[in-house]
Amino acid sequence: MNIQPPITDEELNAYLDGELPTQRRLEVEALLAEYPELAATLNAYRQQDQGIKALFNPVLNEEIPVRFTRATSATTRFRAWPLSSLQRIAASVLLVVASGSAGWLARGAWTPDTPSHDIAAIDNTLATLPHQAAIAHVVYSPDMKRPVEISAEHEDQLITWLSKRLNANVRPPSLGMLGYDLIGGRLLPGASGPVAQFMYNDAAGRRVTLYVSTDNPRNQETAFRFAQEGPVNVFYWIDGKFGYALSADMDKAELAKLATAVYGQLASAH
Amino acid sequence: MVNPSEREVQALACLPSLRRYARALLGSVAAADDLVQDTLEKAWTRLSSWHGEGDIRAWLFSIMHNLHVDQVRKPRLVVISMEDEMSDIPDRARQGDTLALRDLDRALRKLPDEYREVLLLVALEEMSYAEAAEALGCPPGTVMSRLSRARAQLRVLLEAEHAALKVVR
Repeated sequence: MNIQPPITDEELNAYLDGELPTQRRLEVEALLAEYPELAATLNAYRQQDQGIKALFNPVLNEEIPVRFTRATSATTRFRAWPLSSLQRIAASVLLVVASGSAGWLARGAWTPDTPSHDIAAIDNTLATLPHQAAIAHVVYSPDMKRPVEISAEHEDQLITWLSKRLNANVRPPSLGMLGYDLIGGRLLPGASGPVAQFMYNDAAGRRVTLYVSTDNPRNQETAFRFAQEGPVNVFYWIDGKFGYALSADMDKAELAKLATAVYGQLASAH
Repeated sequence: MVNPSEREVQALACLPSLRRYARALLGSVAAADDLVQDTLEKAWTRLSSWHGEGDIRAWLFSIMHNLHVDQVRKPRLVVISMEDEMSDIPDRARQGDTLALRDLDRALRKLPDEYREVLLLVALEEMSYAEAAEALGCPPGTVMSRLSRARAQLRVLLEAEHAALKVVR
């Protein structure tokens, strides 16, 4: 039978999707009995739909990643706030204060005699630091076999080697009290020279990286800053010629605790 | 008026289907979960301005749709998790995908974005045309015409896959 059935393809779709009024549905059923090609088309569409379900319904049974539910509890905490990005940063700073080390926050303001070209250079460092640290984090932290170049077993060698290459004393802070052990470290190319990356993990295998650059042209200090690069949260700051960035795919408040510990140890070491 | 915590619970109940849809839309586990995460973050900040009228699911899908459109227009730094990539391979085999399903997946990837979106909302998420129109921010007539083209084009693509296989044999 070569005569076109009196029905559009859109109507056939609507029939398949249960979107037709009863009267028209009955008419389409009569047409389907009359025109085998129409029935074949309907059958092909139905099989496509079933195939799509077979392909993707298993996703429903997959475990929900922890980061999704973490985002929820964090929002519940901040829900009362109008969440402009500035206020998000303010929120992170408040959390740091709450976690017990307020003193150094006051040092965040620029000293009045800072020359403007230095401010520009520091602004530049501040702008690139969290991004580079986050990239280094996402490149190396998922690696199960070779996350570091020198492992924590040879911590002395790691410190000697990185200090020599960075031409500065660098030493990984100890985060054992917070449940994070040093895995090791590696040397990376930074914006204008070598940088170091130290990696830690906790008992559950969650990884945190500390990115240490020595690019900062003048001795300066900044407050803690927070950045989000995709799934990675980053706390970063500048202390003297060092730029530090602590990155992890974890809740901001939790990372703030670690960053506070790192800051405290590094500041007392200088 | 629904109270906020109730809304959050309703939104969370949509999480598995948001993931399913994102996976079907983008094909990759990592990219799909990033899209879900971005959608949730946007949803949480806007939840207080949502008036509790209509379907929260369609609202969440509309957020995801808009984010996806932005991403397609302006690709951003893609974060790839190696664990995702590795676990993807045995998963596929375990699910026992037949050859036909792999063909279907390949054909789906070849559909234009706006066709794939509407087809997935209706066939996979089982949305009504009105809900799909709300999620995509377009008139129901557009849903109908795109859906019709999507299914017809997918059929042609699948037949081409089968024809190619026969020639190889």
